[in-house]
Amino acid sequence: MNFDLTDDRRMLADTLNRYLSDKYSAEHRTKVAYDAPYHDPEKWAELVELGILFALAPEDAGGFGGSGFDISVVFEALGRANCPEPILPALLATRLLVSAGENLESLLSGEKHYAAALGEIDAPYDLSGIQTTATAKDGGHNLSGRKSAVYGGQVADIFLVAAKLDGNLALFEIQASDAQIETYGMIDGGGAAELLLDNTPARLVMADAGTALQDAMNAGALAVCAEAVGLMDVTHDTTIDYMKMRQQFGRAIGSFQVLQHRAVDMLTEIEQARSIVIKAASELDGENASRYVSMAKNLVGRAARLNSEEAIQMHGGIAMTWEYPVSHYAKRLIMIDHQFGDTDFHLTRIMNDL
Amino acid sequence: MELAYSDKEIAFQEEVRSFFTSNLPAETVDAVRSGSELTKQMMVDYHALLAKKGWLASTWPVEFGGPGWTPVERHIFEEEACRCYAPRIVPFGLAMLGPVLHKFGTKKQQDEILPRIISGEDWWCQGYSEPGAGSDLASLKTSAVRDGDDYIINGQKTWTTLGQHANKIFCLVRTKADGKPQAGISFILVDLDTPGIEMRPIRLIEGGHEVNEVFFTDVRVPVENRVGEENLGWTIAKYLLTHERTNIAGVGFSMQALEEIKALARKVQRNGKPQIEDPLFAARVAQVEIDLEAMKITNLRMLFKAQKQNGPGPETSILKIKGTLIGQELKDLARRVLGPSAAPFPGTITDGNLALAPADAANNAARYFNNRKTSIFGGSNEIQRNILTKTMLEL
Repeated sequence: MNFDLTDDRRMLADTLNRYLSDKYSAEHRTKVAYDAPYHDPEKWAELVELGILFALAPEDAGGFGGSGFDISVVFEALGRANCPEPILPALLATRLLVSAGENLESLLSGEKHYAAALGEIDAPYDLSGIQTTATAKDGGHNLSGRKSAVYGGQVADIFLVAAKLDGNLALFEIQASDAQIETYGMIDGGGAAELLLDNTPARLVMADAGTALQDAMNAGALAVCAEAVGLMDVTHDTTIDYMKMRQQFGRAIGSFQVLQHRAVDMLTEIEQARSIVIKAASELDGENASRYVSMAKNLVGRAARLNSEEAIQMHGGIAMTWEYPVSHYAKRLIMIDHQFGDTDFHLTRIMNDL
Repeated sequence: MELAYSDKEIAFQEEVRSFFTSNLPAETVDAVRSGSELTKQMMVDYHALLAKKGWLASTWPVEFGGPGWTPVERHIFEEEACRCYAPRIVPFGLAMLGPVLHKFGTKKQQDEILPRIISGEDWWCQGYSEPGAGSDLASLKTSAVRDGDDYIINGQKTWTTLGQHANKIFCLVRTKADGKPQAGISFILVDLDTPGIEMRPIRLIEGGHEVNEVFFTDVRVPVENRVGEENLGWTIAKYLLTHERTNIAGVGFSMQALEEIKALARKVQRNGKPQIEDPLFAARVAQVEIDLEAMKITNLRMLFKAQKQNGPGPETSILKIKGTLIGQELKDLARRVLGPSAAPFPGTITDGNLALAPADAANNAARYFNNRKTSIFGGSNEIQRNILTKTMLEL
């Protein structure tokens, strides 16, 4: 039993936290996150230079990490800065390409942006509901259907697409230049795309991809859970600082017990969230990964909503403004529940396991 | 980061499990499993069993008779004890007074008192709360006035758990009436045979006799029975409460309770199918299972931290708050799953063949009511939030 990070991971966390706090201020973040391309290509390149993508890939695929704890360390750091850079799509692509035994060079070097097109409007979280279909054509395949809310799709060169092939879930690769793409920004910053496929030429990457796709979904869910822990830590710290400083009725609002106890409850749920993320990270490559990821996503979803809403409430009007960074953290904390399955989706999975 | 137990820890886990399986008396296991009141003899025998094995004073330093376990080993012990339906160790001597004497006791007090806790010669109880001093413990009024080499104690203590079995009590008493209330309190050890002490039972909400009130009328106690300096008892009181909180997450008990609820909900029929298939019920079970899974890790993280910094910190209040909320949710589910079968007052159905609920679940409503105490005692959950406000949030 040991809850300390390894030296390597501690260094990784320190490097990322230092870089992001120096170079990715809240002000800068607000500037780049809401206008196309919904991130900062220069900063993206610097993060790649720091090795952030290599940390998400296992050694035998050319990286130096790739375990659940590498993912949680990277995304907790990104969460602390509420960083909108498209690292999550790179993680999903890494998991999928590693499962398929493909070369990761153009992905890990940052030369190409990848995005994973998994969910659809009527099947956002559940792979079994996917409608996009592949048909064999001239020794290759064509895809038809619509992929929705493809995170990072606004800048992707290559899409990895989940589609039905002869009734099975398969994984394909398409070039952005071959597809119709509608790009847009997200309410909590960052960007995505709708991918409209109409007999779009595709390369078959994996014919039987159900397990690989679930693994990518699990890794993605773990990543946003860890991101939420980083977001919550900063949101809570900021709220406590504000409670010490803000004067009403002639005293700091932090002296009011009605607020103090609610701030403690926020902290308690953050610690619970941190714990379940540790558990899910430790199980990510095991046979119970989906179960513990579901537990994490459900608990983090609840903790994130509590922290988001309470942070706004305790700040009062100031956290309702675009200018104040907590408002953007609060949005991200809420909208994470819309990625990889919300609290109800994951609770149902645990219910079905009882 | 390594969550799995080491080989050494797994071997220890197996040793503990097989010890309990082969040594716990069946009637004790049945009593724990069904939540019936344990007899004094059952508790005394259980302490003796552990003492003989060297496992009783599990939190004590080796030089005072502890087994030298790491916090993780202590956690394993607790988990296995719950899994095997062992009784809870009576905490007043072992988890409360013991650590206080290790830190604040004189050599003489340590030599005389500690061995008698392990041997079972003494059964200690706690004289902290008073009718007018609950959460505001520092406002306590029971007075100890110097008279030569003695103190003369007058006042009333209450909520004295298992005091009916005890022969000794440790008390917080007021030794100075003026000034800051915290600065006039002393910690004193009293023999319950001393003239002037009367113990009266308090019947609890579910009907059980677990706590008592203790009246002191001109009770003469030697000054040498004081632990620590006069008027510095508040430091000791707070130290003791931190130790009281360390095992309070109750993870082992909650894990056991969750398994029992699931097993019951698979048997109980509602609307023509097992209760566990009712989505509203299942959602509550699933959510508490998730919270408990996280609590296991939170508990281990804090144990690990305590191991590194040589003692529990203020964050153990988080364990108390969340651990008791989870335990209470489970007690609520364990009551509800039985429907009307939870309603009979235990003991009033005389023909066992006509019992509505399985024997080990017949007390589920009583256990639910009794368990409401957990968010009140040991520093109510609101007091824990005050502690966290000061220590962790620094507000």
